[in-house]
Amino acid sequence: MSETITVNGVSQPLPDDVRVSLLDFLRQHLGLTGTKKGCDHGQCGACTVLVDGFRINSCLTLAAMHADQEVTTIEGLGTPEDPSALQRAFVEHDAFQCGYCTPGQICSATALLEEIRSEWPSDASDDLAAPTLTDEEIRERMSGNLCRCGAYANILAAIRQVAEEDA
Amino acid sequence: MRPFDYIRATDPTDAAERTSAPGAMAIAGGTNLIDLMKLQVETPDTLVDVGRLDMGSIEEAGDGLRIGALVTNTATAVHPKVRADYPVLARAILAGATQQLRNKATTAGNLCQRTRCTYFTNIDQPCNKRAPGSGCGAMGGVARLHAILGTSDQCIATYPGDMAVAMAALDAHVHIQGGRGGDRQVPVREFHRLPGETPWQDNVLESGEIITAVTLPLPVKGKQIYRKVRERSSYAFALVSIAAIVAMDGGRIARADLAFGGLAHKPWHDPRLADLLVGEAPSPALFEKAADVLLDEADARGGSEFKIPLARRTLTAVLTEATETRT
Ligand SMILES: Cc1cc2nc3c(=O)[nH]c(=O)nc-3n(C[C@H](O)[C@H](O)[C@H](O)COP(=O)(O)OP(=O)(O)OC[C@H]3O[C@@H](n4cnc5c(N)ncnc54)[C@H](O)[C@@H]3O)c2cc1C
Ligand code: SF4
Ligand code: FES
Ligand code: FES
Repeated sequence: MSETITVNGVSQPLPDDVRVSLLDFLRQHLGLTGTKKGCDHGQCGACTVLVDGFRINSCLTLAAMHADQEVTTIEGLGTPEDPSALQRAFVEHDAFQCGYCTPGQICSATALLEEIRSEWPSDASDDLAAPTLTDEEIRERMSGNLCRCGAYANILAAIRQVAEEDA
Repeated sequence: MRPFDYIRATDPTDAAERTSAPGAMAIAGGTNLIDLMKLQVETPDTLVDVGRLDMGSIEEAGDGLRIGALVTNTATAVHPKVRADYPVLARAILAGATQQLRNKATTAGNLCQRTRCTYFTNIDQPCNKRAPGSGCGAMGGVARLHAILGTSDQCIATYPGDMAVAMAALDAHVHIQGGRGGDRQVPVREFHRLPGETPWQDNVLESGEIITAVTLPLPVKGKQIYRKVRERSSYAFALVSIAAIVAMDGGRIARADLAFGGLAHKPWHDPRLADLLVGEAPSPALFEKAADVLLDEADARGGSEFKIPLARRTLTAVLTEATETRT
């Protein structure tokens, strides 16, 4: 297949085997192992990446379905030398223990900030037209990212800090 | 995952033609189909990707709102018109899955999502839906998510989705293209089937038929509520859910469009409920009577007996809230 996909700004040929999930493509074909495989069934959020700016579970989609689209992974959000605001806040707030869920948490939260800017409602919004930023809102919006270490309190604190700086 | 061919459909006619081949299936967001392919519950020879077709917009039509088959669940839920005029639909979608999944899930894929019966998703278990004639593991097994209405001796699975429950309350219509019958429209209330003797048929779609859109009728007056009862407060399928559109006029109920999730193989709509409620003054006794009607044939064959009182309480709670009745 001569089709391509853009990952963190670099154009890449798509795999020949159409069965390859976007997640396996990122990890095994491109060596971008920041994106994690937890459940491989859309339940844990460890594989969250951004596709054309929207967060999705990369385990439940085929790389081939994303020809000509732009994927951003945790590696594309920042580097140890130049972390994104959320990456820095996760370190400051100790928002992880083992770190396995962290790339997915940060990709997810990156999109969450944009969704809040766009005033998208969530299940926790009292007013569908004008959601407000409460802890309950952040929890609900992050419910697709599980953390087996239970670092939720610090994850919430990190996201809240960046969201407030943003507002 | 079994090997398969992957092709992108060029237009709905092409998609319909290609999916009419034996072993071919449409794929949209992939969040249900790829999940089931990994488990080898679904083993298509050919995947026909409809994802690039021009069916991804929401348009105001003179007689309501037309939501394209490929509009994501997110795009529907955040649409200003849906939020303002069809809040029950926005609420139902937002109560389902997660932001990541809703960003990928499409209108058509969500309608066609398969049951979450764990015997269906485990290929080592008997299941008449997955392997006709093999029996039903859920009957007598561990089956808390199972149906209490409209079951058959073959299958007690539920339709798991939220979006379609709201669409059933709103009396939306599914637009279908291709197939032998040509283009047709089916009310959401009649789109999903009861299991009967053919539990492998979830809905009325025939081979080679493609969903192109769902249309909502013009907005109606009244309070719109989606109440979903689940085992945790977020990110779980419904045990019982209710979509309600209820209007009052001079102290009496003027409209009571109700649909139920988690109770049956389809979003459940019982016309006897509106017949009973409309024209009456709301009261706890009336709501109990409505629950009697809803549940008069309820029957739990798995471990879902608890759903019978749960459905009763949820219905009375929703009607109390919708009519602002003091208890
Ligand atoms: C962890 C998890 C939790 C979830 N929780 C919920 C929940 O709480 N509530 C809820 O409602 N849902 C929930 N879902 C299900 C989710 O909503 C569905 O997976 C999604 O809506 C399916 O849409 P899709 O576009 O990805 O479908 P796909 O996976 O692409 O397709 C699903 C089916 O639809 C068919 N299809 C797709 N497009 C068409 C078309 N145009 N015409 C004809 N047939 C078509 C396909 O052939 C396939 O059979 C959950 C899913 C997961 C993985
Ligand atoms: S309830 Fe239906 S889907 Fe579940 S095992 Fe029985 S036949 Fe299969
Ligand atoms: S690995 Fe994708 S959601 Fe768990
Ligand atoms: S930090 Fe270990 S899973 Fe979240």
